[in-house]
Amino acid sequence: MKTAWYWLLLLPFVALLFPGLYARTSPQLFGFPFFYWYQFAWVILSALITGLVYVRTREP
Amino acid sequence: MSINWVALGVFIAFFLLVTVLGFVAARWRAGDLAQLHEWGLAGRRFGTIITWFLLGGDFYTAYTVIAVPAAVFGTGAAGFFALPYTIIVYPIVFMIMPRLWNVAKRHNYVTPADFVRGRYGSDLLALAVALTGILALMPYIALQLVGIQVVLQAMGLRGIGFMSDAPIVIAFLILAAYTYTSGLRAPAMIALVKDTMIYTFVIVVVIAAPIKLGGYAHIFQVAQAHFAANPASGSVILGPKGYWPFATLALGSALAAFMYPHTITGVLSASTGNVVKRNAALLPAYTFLLGLIALLGYVAIAAGLHPATTSLAVPVLLNALFPSWFAGFAFAAIAIGALVPAAIMSIAAANLWTRNIYKAYLRPDVSEAGEASMAKIASLIVKLGALAFVIGIPTQYAINLQLLGGIWIIQTFPAIAFGLYRRWFHHLALLWGWLAGMGIGTWMSFTQGVKPTFPLGGVTAYIGVESLIVNLIVAVVLTLLFDAMHLPRHRDETVDTEYEIEPEIVRPTTTLGTSQPV
Repeated sequence: MKTAWYWLLLLPFVALLFPGLYARTSPQLFGFPFFYWYQFAWVILSALITGLVYVRTREP
Repeated sequence: MSINWVALGVFIAFFLLVTVLGFVAARWRAGDLAQLHEWGLAGRRFGTIITWFLLGGDFYTAYTVIAVPAAVFGTGAAGFFALPYTIIVYPIVFMIMPRLWNVAKRHNYVTPADFVRGRYGSDLLALAVALTGILALMPYIALQLVGIQVVLQAMGLRGIGFMSDAPIVIAFLILAAYTYTSGLRAPAMIALVKDTMIYTFVIVVVIAAPIKLGGYAHIFQVAQAHFAANPASGSVILGPKGYWPFATLALGSALAAFMYPHTITGVLSASTGNVVKRNAALLPAYTFLLGLIALLGYVAIAAGLHPATTSLAVPVLLNALFPSWFAGFAFAAIAIGALVPAAIMSIAAANLWTRNIYKAYLRPDVSEAGEASMAKIASLIVKLGALAFVIGIPTQYAINLQLLGGIWIIQTFPAIAFGLYRRWFHHLALLWGWLAGMGIGTWMSFTQGVKPTFPLGGVTAYIGVESLIVNLIVAVVLTLLFDAMHLPRHRDETVDTEYEIEPEIVRPTTTLGTSQPV
């Protein structure tokens, strides 16, 4: 089913709308506390997810 | 503070460049500017790249560049909700905005209220959506002018007496003139320059500033120590008390973002629904940039700066760490960054006025050319109103009203976003839900001294989300009730396939003469 791909779009919501999951200092990366680099990582991840969903659901 | 002539010279040079571009834009991908969809949507012709620049310039406003690092400077982690907000907004855009584009192209809808009128057949509901849009946009435009004022201040430009507002009036006149002549083409063309400038200045600053200040690890340590000494003001790692406001501000802002008429204007100017989808995957580049800009709040703390107001954090930082010519370049980027959204917002408000108030109620028989010329004049009046606002009323009022604007615009989400999938709601139920959300949201905010959050049942959360829940409950209950009472619904002029299939791949069948998707 093509439409099943759309469910992937929920991932960024789950990952980011529960700040208790990531409001921590460690592990740090390049001097950035976890709280910050986790959010930056999700900017890229969510863009990749949206791109993937676009490619997979595109009409030929 | 004395005038920084080098910075001002660089600033004026770039300002002149975009002014010329603004007027030249009228001839770009030329169309008949006497038609509303040509003036106000640039003929729905923008491809992936132009749309990326236009929406980026439209959504990430100059005020954001000032306000987000200011919030981080003042409160720490709480100000970072802007990042989750501008991440989750794109899955939402991906799911609803291509549908809006498809149906709008088919029926020549120019505004969100046009769509609501077509979908629900209700003039009153469309009027509610249009008025909410205009109301939410006015203070937003005013804040863009505030953004320009902040950088003018940072360059030491403060006139005397009645001349004190001269620079902002001049900037406004230029903006008004090229928006009038070129329509949406002007901000689109200027956005190309502006975004290149903003990317350049931010990348230079986020690389150079930590080198001067001892690296990001050190910057975070200084910020941590700063907030440890003032725990009441905030913290570098979000505390448990901040979880609900953080999450609901992110969610509510994301739901509201593309209900604003100016972002919808940006979406509708794309050439296909797929352009909108591709941009949902590409626009997060701006979110990454916004995150870097937000960090400048901590950089300002680490640099030991004490700006007069938090909104001066970034301008003061630029003055303190960089040569004048670079500060001037960065200030120009921010000021031009204010012109792009201000132009699109005034166009969006003008489109709403023309289509959903003037044409709907005052002159139903207006010609296409009459529509376009009315919109041009309306765009001037809207900007004049915003200017009067900035000059005549304390800045804090504009900030408060913009905050309320977010709470108001989210009340149009049920009618627009749900309407793009199903016409389950009764139009009168939507209207009552809208009224309930507007009333309760405004009241909640005022009880807190015009603040974004309200304690409800032990949870302090963003009023936009709380009032939207009230709105939805009212809309659902009344829909069930009104349908049970057989209150008549109006005709829906759209059909399901029009939301899913791009008009380009629909060909008329020869025998029946009707449109059938292939």
